[in-house]
Amino acid sequence: MNSNRSLSSRGALLTWVAAAALVTLAGCSTTKLDTPVPVESRTGSGVGTGGAAGAGAAGTSQSKVTPVDLSKDTNVSGMARVVYFDFDSFALKDEYRPTVEGYAKALSADRKKHLAIEGHTDERGGREYNLALGQKRAEVVARSLTLLGATDTQVEAVSFGKERPAAQGSDEAAWAKNRRAELNYK
Amino acid sequence: MLNRRQFIRTQTAAGAGLAMVSAALPAWAQFRVEISGVGATQVPIAIVKFRDEERATPSLSLSGIVRADLERSGVFRGIDAPGALDESTRPVMTEWRGRAADALVAGSIGRLADGRFDVRFKLWDVVKGVELGGQSQAVDAADLRLAAHRIADFIYEKLTGDKGVFSTRIAYVTKGGGRFTLRVADSDGEGGQVALNSPEPIISPAWSPDGKQLAYVSFESQKAVVYTQDASSGARRAIANFRGSNSAPAWAPDGQTLAVTLSRDTGSQLYLIGRNGENPRRLTTSTAIDTEPAFAPDGRGIYFVSDRGGGPQVYRISVSGGNVERITFSGAYNISPAISPDGRTLAYISRQGGGYRLYTLDLSGSAQPLALTDTNDDESPSFAPNGRLIIYASRAQGRDVLMTTTLDGKIKARLISTTADVREPVWGPYGR
Repeated sequence: MNSNRSLSSRGALLTWVAAAALVTLAGCSTTKLDTPVPVESRTGSGVGTGGAAGAGAAGTSQSKVTPVDLSKDTNVSGMARVVYFDFDSFALKDEYRPTVEGYAKALSADRKKHLAIEGHTDERGGREYNLALGQKRAEVVARSLTLLGATDTQVEAVSFGKERPAAQGSDEAAWAKNRRAELNYK
Repeated sequence: MLNRRQFIRTQTAAGAGLAMVSAALPAWAQFRVEISGVGATQVPIAIVKFRDEERATPSLSLSGIVRADLERSGVFRGIDAPGALDESTRPVMTEWRGRAADALVAGSIGRLADGRFDVRFKLWDVVKGVELGGQSQAVDAADLRLAAHRIADFIYEKLTGDKGVFSTRIAYVTKGGGRFTLRVADSDGEGGQVALNSPEPIISPAWSPDGKQLAYVSFESQKAVVYTQDASSGARRAIANFRGSNSAPAWAPDGQTLAVTLSRDTGSQLYLIGRNGENPRRLTTSTAIDTEPAFAPDGRGIYFVSDRGGGPQVYRISVSGGNVERITFSGAYNISPAISPDGRTLAYISRQGGGYRLYTLDLSGSAQPLALTDTNDDESPSFAPNGRLIIYASRAQGRDVLMTTTLDGKIKARLISTTADVREPVWGPYGR
């Protein structure tokens, strides 16, 4: 998208290494706190309960589990821009500067715009640790965006860890496509 | 309990080398048992097919379930038990001694007037020629498998002195056809019921200490959010849905508090949060990744993974915060801590070479870590409530599979025959 390179020299002067290093500093807490969450209760549809011996519903059994089906509840976001990372790395590569600058400019120009940055990892290693690694990648991009003029409330860094690979396969070609951050307007 | 003499005899009977022990179930049994390895002491036990079993419960073999449970424990070896016998018959002990059985089980299944099943059995010590007790249970059709697991628990406890875990439940996630499904199943992985079905990933299920609720991470809102869900009613709520990612729920032993990983203040850090999502408070304050909390059984300490030293290692912190103590030192990548119910053993995944392998570490002394497997894709260990087995995820034939292993790594069983990927196992507490 943005071939427009008219970003201010102030922004361009910020080194990307410094931006990455800053990520772990200075937390910002803009979260809603302590709001009680309502209990939602849904009944699933069309899911067998697997009762033994072909007998009827296990209404009073000690093994009863009530299913919840989310099929109708999920909305999928639109097209995403992707930033790739090197193995075991959280540094934003130079080639993605124009992409990030473009998003920062758009967010600066319209404070009503909100961007989700989704970090991802390759398949190697544990699910939770990879979730944290993906989060770190997303936060690098988010921090770069705020350093370039977006506000904290406009960007949210989240992670899918290794749970949503872009490419299947267990080789470096697939892994390289999966070590990424996706940028999505919300 | 069987005496020492019997165990020694058993050892010889078990033979040397690696054997494939496959329970010879009749064709009408609906599941397959794959158990490998030979333990040092395996009690040979004969479990006669229950009287009227095929007629009363044609789609599942209760005696087969009992046998598979006992074999999976690593403590028993099922032996052929031909003939007709039930709990009211007096067995001819010399005949069973001739088959080299140390213990014998027989039973029956009947139908009650209200439609429930009447499941009865009796256990004998063949060596001493004495009866060791029996039970009768009246159960719904949906609890027939549970009845079989309770029989296995009775036998296990009578003959080993330890409480059995076969009637407990496990939870796991299947992935197939682009869908993710959180399931609750018997301890053998069978009888699975759907708790949550989603087009988006579900990870890190965790049982509440009372076994009634599951906490888990769902990506249904396009980010990681921690939910709790009542298994019986399906009622669920988001207990951690802050800015950033919310993950890795672990229940405190009292069930009132959970430890979670939140990135709301930038970076993945540990927090404590009330069971209804109230009063989140930060536990760790590092500039590194802190995640995968696991409570010590006394509720005072939390084991977790941090890469504050470079690569990920297991550390321990008090629930009141303060000093952090490093626990794992061997290897550059140690994750996914699980603590045994007695608090003495850490199970975790360690990267060795290119592989991720299940290890245990004795927390009380200077013992070296012990590799329990020789596979390369182990994940997510979880202890059985009696501490005698560990369930974990691995890969076999290109699929994610669930395995159990004894703590010496000698007896392993693969759970569940399915074409779906099965992962993220977690063993529930006693009682249901």
